[in-house]
Amino acid sequence: MSYLLKRLGFYLLTVWAAVTINFFVPRMIPGDPVQALITKQRGQMTSEAVRSLYVLFGLDKDESLASQYFSYLGQLLRGDLGMSFTFFPSPVADVIGDGLPWTVGLVGITTVIGFFLGTAAGALVGWRRGTWADSLIPVTTFVSSIPYFWLGLVAIALLTGPGSFFPASGAYEIGLVPNWDWQFIGSTVQHGLLPGLTILVSSVSGWILSMRNMMVTVSSDDYVTVAHAKGLPERRVMLAYAARNALLPNVSGFALALGFIVGGTLLVEIVFSYPGLGLQLFQAVGAKDYPLLQGIFLIITLSVLLANLLADVAYLALDPRTRREG
Amino acid sequence: MRSNPKALTGLVALGFFVLLAVVGPWLAPFDPSMRSNDLLQPPSPSHWFGTTHLGQDIFSQVLVGTRSVVFVGAVAGLVATVLSVLVGVSAGYLSGSAGEGLSALSNVFLVIPALPLIVIITSSLPETSNLTIALVIGLTAWAWNARVLRAQTLSLRRRDYVEAARANGESTWRIILFEIMPNLTAVIASGFVGTVLFAVISEITLAFIGVSDAGGWNWGTVLYWAQSQQALTQGAWWWFVPAGLAIALLGTALSLVNFGIDEYVNPRLRTRSSTRGVRMRVGFTPVLAKESS
Amino acid sequence: MKERILEVRGLNVDYGMGPESVRAVRDVDLTLHRGEVLGLAGESGSGKSTLAYGMTRLLPPPGIVAGGEVIYHLDDGTTVDLLRIRDADLRRLRWSEIAIVFQGAINSLNPVQRISTQLVDVLKAHSASTPRARLDRARELLTLVGIASDRLNSYPHQLSGGMRQRVMIAMALALEPRVVIMDEPTTALDVVVQRQILRTLVDLRERLGFSVVFITHDLSLLVEFSDRIAIMYAGQVVEEAASADLYRTPLHPYSDGLLQSFPALKGPKRELSGIAGSPPDLRMMPSGCPFHPRCARAMDVCGQQTPVLGQSRAGRSVACWLHPVSVG
Ligand SMILES: Nc1ncnc2c1ncn2[C@@H]1O[C@H](COP(=O)(O)OP(=O)(O)OP(=O)(O)O)[C@@H](O)[C@H]1O
Ligand SMILES: [Mg+2]
Repeated sequence: MSYLLKRLGFYLLTVWAAVTINFFVPRMIPGDPVQALITKQRGQMTSEAVRSLYVLFGLDKDESLASQYFSYLGQLLRGDLGMSFTFFPSPVADVIGDGLPWTVGLVGITTVIGFFLGTAAGALVGWRRGTWADSLIPVTTFVSSIPYFWLGLVAIALLTGPGSFFPASGAYEIGLVPNWDWQFIGSTVQHGLLPGLTILVSSVSGWILSMRNMMVTVSSDDYVTVAHAKGLPERRVMLAYAARNALLPNVSGFALALGFIVGGTLLVEIVFSYPGLGLQLFQAVGAKDYPLLQGIFLIITLSVLLANLLADVAYLALDPRTRREG
Repeated sequence: MRSNPKALTGLVALGFFVLLAVVGPWLAPFDPSMRSNDLLQPPSPSHWFGTTHLGQDIFSQVLVGTRSVVFVGAVAGLVATVLSVLVGVSAGYLSGSAGEGLSALSNVFLVIPALPLIVIITSSLPETSNLTIALVIGLTAWAWNARVLRAQTLSLRRRDYVEAARANGESTWRIILFEIMPNLTAVIASGFVGTVLFAVISEITLAFIGVSDAGGWNWGTVLYWAQSQQALTQGAWWWFVPAGLAIALLGTALSLVNFGIDEYVNPRLRTRSSTRGVRMRVGFTPVLAKESS
Repeated sequence: MKERILEVRGLNVDYGMGPESVRAVRDVDLTLHRGEVLGLAGESGSGKSTLAYGMTRLLPPPGIVAGGEVIYHLDDGTTVDLLRIRDADLRRLRWSEIAIVFQGAINSLNPVQRISTQLVDVLKAHSASTPRARLDRARELLTLVGIASDRLNSYPHQLSGGMRQRVMIAMALALEPRVVIMDEPTTALDVVVQRQILRTLVDLRERLGFSVVFITHDLSLLVEFSDRIAIMYAGQVVEEAASADLYRTPLHPYSDGLLQSFPALKGPKRELSGIAGSPPDLRMMPSGCPFHPRCARAMDVCGQQTPVLGQSRAGRSVACWLHPVSVG
């Protein structure tokens, strides 16, 4: 239990760090981005919205840095991430609320599937070392060096087009209204398949490589030799002794690598015009929509932390040595 | 090296890219930004990789872009490596709250998603150039290696010869420089290579979403224009294939070098030559046929 | 003559292949009889473990068995060569006929599984029985080696080093094997625990009647505990004798040196002298007798010709020019 508490403390620290970064970064932006927006909207903004943006950008020059910081924290706690420039007059929180489910659905599911598939394949390849399975390594190395988004481009070029089953863009058929009927779900799955496969192909290879290496390392540990000496069936030695132990560093690796993986997968959304956070990030960069950028950064960080917490729980369940009984 | 074909292949390929980075701009047959009347042409003898919607020569863009890619990779890799050594080795060597604090710092930087962080920083900067992009990547990407180095230093610190040096009253600096650092060389090298790979991918990704050196070229900018001009729907495969392959090749080269280092550090990973068709197998030691040797 | 159960003939074991390989076990002949304790002694690095794992084909890469035979006598009178049978057959023989207690029990247990699981594993793989019966047997085994049966649900990290070693012994006896190979089963433990465990072992052996190959570099332990002793040096067996004979009149100067290196447990006190120098590098073996550079009684012939293990005139097995092999 104390292990989890310690991790929770660490996550709170990380959230604080992310929020603080978010507070200071906009202070580097040259000029007065809010003024530009106000001019563009010709006074359609409420004074409240303007004030919230000033807090966000630290343009309240009369206030001390400390009081700016606390009004920023207070604003965040109220869930106020400011006003999006591109989707004016929608608040950033609403814009992100639209995108988040798509990202969680696409990136979340495929990342987890990719981890499991890659780990399973890596365990096999590592176990069958010295056979044909070794020839997979150069291929996976090459594939894992390809940026996700480029693989998406290739997939679109090769697999979509007139008459193809795979749509090239969007998350569902244009004209459908999001709800829980079969037509809509079917359309969602159809649209998610190709971006999902793209993420899967590129993320799987990384897991194959790391699990293979762990498997090779663990295979010459004493307890694996003992398991062989016990005359256990090969499957049992491989799964319960070698793979079971090789899995541990792979799970903690998964938690650590999430921050890296998420970045790559978000890009796939851009290529497929998939209406998630990645596409919004792209639009925000193009339009210099700073509040949206910062909001997306915060939400992604929180999601990654949550995923980390889940990975911690999984690790706790997998490794008896982290459990402290009594 | 000769016994390590992976690392050798990787290094040769890497050398090729570094060479291109140096001489690329002179080799390029055209000014990469120069427009011409050959609009959206497929590869031909005059334009090896075809042309863009403005008639720019893609071969020249890729060649010229190599320099920015290698530059950002090297600078970011250096900055991150120096930082990771400073933070990681101190975190491992210092006991007590200082060490704990540094270790927590690197863990925080590790779980914060790198790419979104780099995006918000670079897009808030007053100006974006190759140097600022490299610096931002370098300043945010050191945490992974710092963590690895800390773990290594912790285990080295408990070795006999380090304990002995400390008992002899050698200064902390001497111990770190002469007893600990030499044993970290492989780890640091592998961290550097890994960071270069990460930096290259990050720079290209940034360029792809529109954050790049103003007016300059890199492989990501080529892809950015290909994407924004709908190269795909126009069937202009030559617009994005060369840049992508270049990334994948450079990435593979870097990974190969790292595999080589990994195998050097962890001998269990070495692929053993299965000479005479003998397969090494845990649990069932191979038995040579009766007559051979 | 007692019935033979395990015979090693001309066994060669290498690390690596091709020009960089080293031969860690060279032309070893060894016979284990039913119910006997055969001690295997030698300095660190003399190839004891390599021999034990080589003959059971458990040597991890880059180990390779380069030649020889390992004949196992089954109960029904037939014999099999462990180096030549199919994997599936070898797997069936393992543990049910030949069990091994590995050097360093700390790492012999799977860290992420309960003791019960690891004990039951063996029973499940080799016999058809109900889960209930298997669990009962596991409990019984733990009691056998002196561990409270409520420890069954512990994980390895919750046990002390001595307890883990006992668990490994319990596991080795789970299927009542004919042969138990023990590679320094007690070296990592303190003397008191070491004694306790050995006592348990002697006890169990008397009750269950299995044969033991007992590996250690502590010769005094063997003298007390084993029936016969084989001495290894640089991958070769240089002397083999009944333990009482070896203790009273070691023929090979190396055996003599080894005996001098340890305080005798009982009997008259001897002066500790040990052996000067260190074992040879396996890649650069001296010509002739591998021991001659360190041997106080070396002669000209020792550097030129390699002595082979054979019956000396004294009716004992030794590979030394001081004790020429009787011809015929
Ligand atoms: N993986 C390896 N590669 C090359 N040589 C090895 C390898 N493992 C062991 N050796 C060599 O084989 C020889 C025999 O080692 P072995 O472990 O069998 O000795 P031992 O008699 O069991 O020693 P100890 O009493 O320390 O356990 C040693 O000289 C050792 O250097
Ligand atoms: Mg040994």
